[in-house]
Amino acid sequence: MIKLHINNQPYSVDASPQMPLLWVLRDMLGLTGTKFGCGMAQCGACTVHLNGEAVRSCVTPVSRAANQQITTVEGLSTDLTHPLQQAWLQEDVLQCGYCQSGQLMSAAVLLREKPDPTDEDIDRAMSGNVCRCGTYPRIRKAIHLAAKIQREGGKS
Amino acid sequence: MQRTNSPTWWRPRAALFTFCIAGALSVAAVAVRPADDAARSERAISQAAFQAVYKVLMSPRCMNCHPNGDIPLQGDDSHLHTMNVTRGVDGKGVYALKCSNCHQVANTPGLNMPPGNPTWHLPPADMPMVFEGRSPRELALQLKDPNQNGHKTLQQLLDHVSKDALVLWGWKPGDGRTLPPLAHAEFVKQFKTWVSTGAVAPNE
Repeated sequence: MIKLHINNQPYSVDASPQMPLLWVLRDMLGLTGTKFGCGMAQCGACTVHLNGEAVRSCVTPVSRAANQQITTVEGLSTDLTHPLQQAWLQEDVLQCGYCQSGQLMSAAVLLREKPDPTDEDIDRAMSGNVCRCGTYPRIRKAIHLAAKIQREGGKS
Repeated sequence: MQRTNSPTWWRPRAALFTFCIAGALSVAAVAVRPADDAARSERAISQAAFQAVYKVLMSPRCMNCHPNGDIPLQGDDSHLHTMNVTRGVDGKGVYALKCSNCHQVANTPGLNMPPGNPTWHLPPADMPMVFEGRSPRELALQLKDPNQNGHKTLQQLLDHVSKDALVLWGWKPGDGRTLPPLAHAEFVKQFKTWVSTGAVAPNE
């Protein structure tokens, strides 16, 4: 059994150590907010936090996550009060929405490390998350808004 | 004042002295010539060894992480890393695009999957150790300069290319990636030869 800490909850899973973390999250634990996109770390749809870093769960063996802290989009906040969630809703970022959990998880790392990012910072942080609907301008706008909400004391 | 002639007893001795000096110089000349040749030969050996080393260092497996810029290179054609990945201050990427976010401790199996190593990184921003675009001479001089080589001695450089896990990864790069043009043992042998013969930089 492999012990995991996901969104502050303990889990034990009977999985091969080489099984991608994404499969464990979606297929074994039902945390389907995280999406399968390319399966080869190219698109970013499967991004989750492993000890605070935005890893690609499709290529991360679950053994790497054993006894570590994992946060999925479900754990960003339980009541949609994370500044990014608020900003995403206000800017109406989503179109089809498939990539957006990955976008949010990557943006969360950016805001933690660069609370007031420039457009260039955003581009450098978010270039690994592909959006086939082309919502990039709204994503950029929403990250700026989230930074503002965070600065003004919004939950982070 | 009239110049006095040498005494007659001195003349044969002067001739003998002159003969001895000339002889000694001849012997010295003969003795020096092989030493010069040996030095020239060692210099050529050193330069040739570096040319072999250079071919490895400029292969994609080495050069892709020593780019001329802040974006790592990918593939056998050494194209810019997709996703606009950048070096960052410590050589381990930035924000949501840190190296270890995709690169695991070992190669992910399959074609075009992320290669992996426990220490996957670029040189840091303050010591970028660029290989891309360097001539053999430029790269040799750069490698010898502690201010450009990570503050290493030549012996430490030899240890680095012999044992460093990320260097060794170059010879086990995962599916679909070509190997450097020399076997690792031959590469180390050539590097050692270069160092032991004075680490002479090629002329160009």
